[in-house]
Amino acid sequence: MDFLRELRWSPYIAGAGIGVLSWLAFLFLNKPIGCSTAFARTGGMISVLFRGRKKTDQNDFYRLFPPVVDWEWMLVFGVFIGSAISALLSGSFHFQLIPPVWEAAFGSSLLLRMAAAVCGGVLIGFGSRWAGGCTSGHGISGTMQLTVSSWIAAICFFIGGIVSASILYGQSSPGGL
Amino acid sequence: MPLTGIHGNRRIQLSLGLILGILFGFLLQKSGVTEYSVIIGQLRLVDFTVVKVMLSAVVVGMLGINILKSMKLIQFHPKPDSLSAALIGGLIFGVGFALLGYCPGTVAGAVGSGYLDALAGAFGVVLGSILFASVYRRMKGRLLNKWQFEKKTIPEILKVNRWTVVVPLAVFIVLFLAWLEK
Repeated sequence: MDFLRELRWSPYIAGAGIGVLSWLAFLFLNKPIGCSTAFARTGGMISVLFRGRKKTDQNDFYRLFPPVVDWEWMLVFGVFIGSAISALLSGSFHFQLIPPVWEAAFGSSLLLRMAAAVCGGVLIGFGSRWAGGCTSGHGISGTMQLTVSSWIAAICFFIGGIVSASILYGQSSPGGL
Repeated sequence: MPLTGIHGNRRIQLSLGLILGILFGFLLQKSGVTEYSVIIGQLRLVDFTVVKVMLSAVVVGMLGINILKSMKLIQFHPKPDSLSAALIGGLIFGVGFALLGYCPGTVAGAVGSGYLDALAGAFGVVLGSILFASVYRRMKGRLLNKWQFEKKTIPEILKVNRWTVVVPLAVFIVLFLAWLEK
């Protein structure tokens, strides 16, 4: 079982494995794999906590996506656990506040990195709800069903990301298309 | 549908979700996409790990689910959406993707590997969803979802059998990945 302790697997093996997981999701859950809705449901739970059950239930969005723990919420929780297991097995688990690549470009200000992370997260949360999915729901599960909106959304995720990354980090040269 | 009994059982659904999630997170971490450097490397077009993982998942997934559908074992669930939602929502997501350096799935995995900036990012994703829910009623039917797609899938638009799209697309993706490796 040494392969479980390896630091990295081939992206093709890992990707193929994720493809197989999508078969299982269709078969046993009758749903495609997706991650972002779980965050919206969590938002609903917070809304219940602060604004009360009645006001939350009156919200049109939470009527469509009620604030409950569903299979997808468990999936995201599972991703957290599975990733921790993988990192612990390979010995790469470590606490880190600022990614080294970020620090090399923008310095060691913790506040700056946390602010960027929260703002980036807000845009991802808002954008994925607007688009109706994220890199997994649209980018993998939607595209494999040949869904038109998913292909457009997935391409836009990368257009938006590539343009923003080039503004943040400046033009990159080596290995680019 | 042979497995409707399982589909209706909430406890089994939650357990299966957790098991699939653990496997998903394990694979994401092993592939490297839970690393900020790998995602930013993809968006800067210097490291193509993210595209390799996603496209191999799409090829393997696509072939499998189409066979399962032909065997009448599963149903598809294409997202009903609009051009404005996919375009504008997608671009907003992209900007956040570059700022945070993780997406909703990988951010959970990054927290699991001990990355605390991802925890701030996950908090942001929840916050952004709350923001969306609070403007949803006013935006519904306007820019939020203009130009609904009448046909949900590519084969429906092209008026062809789905295999007519699946097989060439699978070949194209494999060739593209082979070209990336050159």
